[in-house]
Amino acid sequence: MSEATTIVRVPVRLTVNGKSVSAEIDPRTLLVQFLRETLDLTGTHVGCDTSQCGACVVHLDGVAVKSCTTLAVQADGASVTTIEGLATGGKLHPMQEAFRENHGLQCGFCTPGMIMSAVDLVARFGPNLDEATIRENLDGNICRCTGYHNIVKSVAAGAAAMGSAEAPRAAE
Amino acid sequence: MNASVSSSVTPIGAAVRRKEDHRFITGKGRYTDDMDRPGQAYAYFVRSPYAHARIRHIDATAAKAMPGVVDVLTGADLATDGLGDLICGWMIHSKDGSPMKMGSHPALAKEKVRYVGDHVAVVIAETLNQAKDAALAVEVEYELLPAVADLATATDGEQIHECAPRNTAFEWELGDKAATEAAFARAAKVTSIDIVNNRLAPNAIEPRAAIGEYDSGDEAFTLWTTSQNPHVARLVLSAFVGIAPENKLRVIAPDVGGGFGSKIFIYAEETVCTWAAKKVGRPVKWTGDRSEAFLSDAHGRDHITHAELAMDEAGHIIGFRVHTRANMGAYLSTFASSIPTYLYATLLSGQYAIPAIYCEVDAVYTTTAPVDAYRGAGRPEATFLLERIVEKAARERGEDPAEFRRRNFIKSFPHQTPVIMCYDAGDYVASLDKALEVADYKGFPARRAESERNGKLRGIGLSAYIEACGIAPSAAVGSLGAGVGLWESAEVRVNPTGNVEVLTGSHSHGQGHETTFAQLVSARLGIPIDQVSVVHGDTDKVQFGMGTYGSRSGAVGMSAIVKALDKVEAKAKKIAAHMLEASEGDIEFKDGRFTVAGTDRSLAFAEVALNAYVAHKFPTSEIEPGLKEGAFYDPTNFTFPAGCHICELEVDPETGVVEIKSFVAIDDFGEIINPMIVEGQVHGGIGQGIGQALMEGVTYDEDGQLVTGSYMDYTMPRAGDLPSFTVGMTQTRCPSNPLGIKGCGEAGAIGAPPAVINALTNALGTEDVPMPATPSRVWAIAQARASRLAAE
Amino acid sequence: MYAFDYQRPDAIAAAAAILSADPEAKALAGGQTLLPTLKQRLAQPTALVDLSRIPELSGICATTEGVSIGAMTRHADVAASELVRAAIPALADLAGMIGDVAVRNRGTIGGSLANDDPTADYPAAVLALNATVVTDRRSIGASDFFRGLFETALKEGEIITRVDFPKVEKAGYAKFRNPASRYAMAGVFVAKTAAEVRVAVTGAGQSGVFLWTEAGDILSSDFSVQAVSGLALDPSNLMSDLHGSAEYRAQLAKVMLKRALASITG
Repeated sequence: MSEATTIVRVPVRLTVNGKSVSAEIDPRTLLVQFLRETLDLTGTHVGCDTSQCGACVVHLDGVAVKSCTTLAVQADGASVTTIEGLATGGKLHPMQEAFRENHGLQCGFCTPGMIMSAVDLVARFGPNLDEATIRENLDGNICRCTGYHNIVKSVAAGAAAMGSAEAPRAAE
Repeated sequence: MNASVSSSVTPIGAAVRRKEDHRFITGKGRYTDDMDRPGQAYAYFVRSPYAHARIRHIDATAAKAMPGVVDVLTGADLATDGLGDLICGWMIHSKDGSPMKMGSHPALAKEKVRYVGDHVAVVIAETLNQAKDAALAVEVEYELLPAVADLATATDGEQIHECAPRNTAFEWELGDKAATEAAFARAAKVTSIDIVNNRLAPNAIEPRAAIGEYDSGDEAFTLWTTSQNPHVARLVLSAFVGIAPENKLRVIAPDVGGGFGSKIFIYAEETVCTWAAKKVGRPVKWTGDRSEAFLSDAHGRDHITHAELAMDEAGHIIGFRVHTRANMGAYLSTFASSIPTYLYATLLSGQYAIPAIYCEVDAVYTTTAPVDAYRGAGRPEATFLLERIVEKAARERGEDPAEFRRRNFIKSFPHQTPVIMCYDAGDYVASLDKALEVADYKGFPARRAESERNGKLRGIGLSAYIEACGIAPSAAVGSLGAGVGLWESAEVRVNPTGNVEVLTGSHSHGQGHETTFAQLVSARLGIPIDQVSVVHGDTDKVQFGMGTYGSRSGAVGMSAIVKALDKVEAKAKKIAAHMLEASEGDIEFKDGRFTVAGTDRSLAFAEVALNAYVAHKFPTSEIEPGLKEGAFYDPTNFTFPAGCHICELEVDPETGVVEIKSFVAIDDFGEIINPMIVEGQVHGGIGQGIGQALMEGVTYDEDGQLVTGSYMDYTMPRAGDLPSFTVGMTQTRCPSNPLGIKGCGEAGAIGAPPAVINALTNALGTEDVPMPATPSRVWAIAQARASRLAAE
Repeated sequence: MYAFDYQRPDAIAAAAAILSADPEAKALAGGQTLLPTLKQRLAQPTALVDLSRIPELSGICATTEGVSIGAMTRHADVAASELVRAAIPALADLAGMIGDVAVRNRGTIGGSLANDDPTADYPAAVLALNATVVTDRRSIGASDFFRGLFETALKEGEIITRVDFPKVEKAGYAKFRNPASRYAMAGVFVAKTAAEVRVAVTGAGQSGVFLWTEAGDILSSDFSVQAVSGLALDPSNLMSDLHGSAEYRAQLAKVMLKRALASITG
């Protein structure tokens, strides 16, 4: 079937970065398309088409998902946090701060997904992360610029900062 | 929220945090696909499913009738509009003096398709889904021709381009053949090696994208594109493809998510989007997906080489003889011809005093994606070859490879090699010694024994690399066939309130120019770094530039800024002299203040800037108002970063898994502006180098179908595949540019592969370890080793 | 993606009705395999029937025999489940090794089994543990469920509702990841009951998951790493591709068997 046939649009309502949004969409709209094209939240990126690179990682009801492998309608009723929603009250999230402080990014394209995965990692393993845990658990995010060296440092530092600040996870 | 970069003056050599990071970590970067233009339509390319075929007929009637379709355009439409081919901008002449055979490369195929993914037609529709739907309805009748997918046999395959018999683009040579033959004739020992340098897909994580727009009122085009060199893109689209004169074509490369060479080139997609925007009267947007990137972004490397090294009795290298077959793919991409020639053979002397070198390179077409520059571009191929054969030679002599290298190092500078390059400065013994110390080379036997007790095979390997960066003196590259000059431009605009905009022809796609360049200006003018903005990537803002590749932005791009700063300072001194009622020769400029020498009378930089614009205190008949200076800097030589990398690894013989236990990189990049950024460049290069050695390889099957067409099959290094690296520096200042900079962007990708493979061959006890040394291959080699040992 | 209609029933019967009425409709579980397939236009369903809002399909409960896992239970939930860990720790371990965390947060056990990818992890556990796949129509024993590459005993429109895993004395799983895709190149699940030892291999077989009966037989009489040290897997029915020959996969299966055993016997 192509668009020669009429597309039955479906309603979605979700909370994105704390704000309620609703729209009528083509059901094949991916969550990442909905975020980028409908909501103009272009911080979430697409780097591959096989769910490998992780540039599209966002939090769906508090856990990391690949928004390129999730339909927007599957997120109906859910709460989504993107990189744009991580900083709160005009203050960078400790993980964002750590990436900058430790030069954990170069071209910046994988960075939003990397940071969202890193925050999720801290939620699962706590603030004291060893290098092996970080490397193993970043297996769903590919970076081509940094050789991961400074990403690993950033995640460790960001995790520690989250622990000491008892930073709340952003609006989700 | 934007706390922190630095609001102070940033000295050269300080690890200043990056100014650009704030937008990237908050999701506010502006990449090409993040932009939409009012009324835009979406392009989707119909690509060849076959490696080699004649196009008999294209019927787009049904596709044009599909919902939402704006138009379907083919090569015939390009021809009707008189558009020229995509070109290769570097002329290489064969040994017999004949010019290279450049096959016609239309942006949309005309008579033939020459690789899987070749562009056949473009569908433009209201939505991307509609364009994709309609693409399936474009009927293309192909007459299949034999694929020519194997480099080794390609010269005997079906002819791909009419102009290129035996599928040969050129047969080129460099060096003194007779002198090299003579060296081999008197050699006490000859070591030979056969090397395949594996084909790689660059894989910047941002896929390529383009938006073309046409303003019918001004009759002018704008192209937003993922480019490392927007001015070069404009030049090619204007002068060769003929879309519009340069003054009617604006090219903008906004934030670009990595390049590694792959975004230097001018491709079919951006060409077609620009042209089509006028044709359909709408902005036309194309965003590549990863599968398309694998198919048709230019690949890198892909050499087959046989080489021999001649030595005298005492173990001095006296000659080096190389024959390389280089895969060009289906078409000569923008700079493809220069990569296996002047960026390759000119580096074959490495760090060694080799009196005679002779290299032959046969550049061969195959029905695969075009091959062009990828991080390092020619220099990794040269370094891998030389560092493997040097290692092998040392082992065959029963000598410590470190000592063999040390004996043969170039030890005085300048040093003229037999392959064009004149090395200006370096200290190879220093980087070797430091690397050996940091890697605890002496302690290796004990660590190997410990690994053996655990059933593992441990190896250590060195690589002493050199590269030629800062590309390059324009007259020199012109004499070698380059179609462009390789200078760089800069403009320093001082605003009346004393803050500064720096316009540069370099382009940042991860390198951090917005910080490093601003840091340089901050240090020089004594103004806080947050008062310096760097502008790049827009042909309407920056007059011209040659872009960023080949580790040239520090050595060439920043030298242009220094030149412009010199002019700014000179003019500001004149103005300050009038303001202070002193003679110009008495004005000193230091720490942001103009002072009358020997007095306490001084002015802040901002005061002079303001007066430059209000122009109240100097005669405008002598000094023009304003404070804005531009400069073009043409390098006087290449620069020669060099260093020593040592890899230590462990093989699990049961599974073939290789674990890198330590990786030490000691590099000499000359002067360093921002060590944090430089180290980051080294890390990234090493990551890619280890990727080439152990994981990555583009594979086509015999029908020319791409086997490694996604991340399901092309192995990208992930965090768990790599260790943390130990990076250190030695320093000899580069005498060839005002800042003493050599360049750092490619070193890791050049130095790492031979270090890894030398370690692996050391662990496995055989010289025959191909790249990528995947677990399955390593296991098979370890198996063979075990059987060999059992038999002994 | 081709266009499709989207349906989100809230009961199994309603989902089954839609799927039965339209053979071209497809059930959508976590979507971690289906959506990439659709994106590449390799499938063209008329409708996707989203099973995620059917309450009976989710959740984990302890049973007298072992543990029952609802078909729509996400891998991450299985990995984190105390109930699963108490009953069959190796099953929780396996769930925690699937894909990456973002995939585990979406992917489901029912989706994985219905898809029956030859390199997926769950089939090894289901087959070795001799679990029962329960659908809206019947119960299917593990040995009957897997029929080859991407082929199962499921009839058109049949929906997996849960998987019942019997408790075992000991179990362990080890896998070797494909360096590129990170799917299994050889994943070996060993399960020991009072009666027998079953060894299932995923990732390596030409026809998908299979029981390595020879290994099971040997281990049934002597449950130790040493007992299988001389054992070899016949490569003739194993996959060969860019990432490794059949012989290599046979070797990996053997090594993973030893590692799975080592994880049990310590």
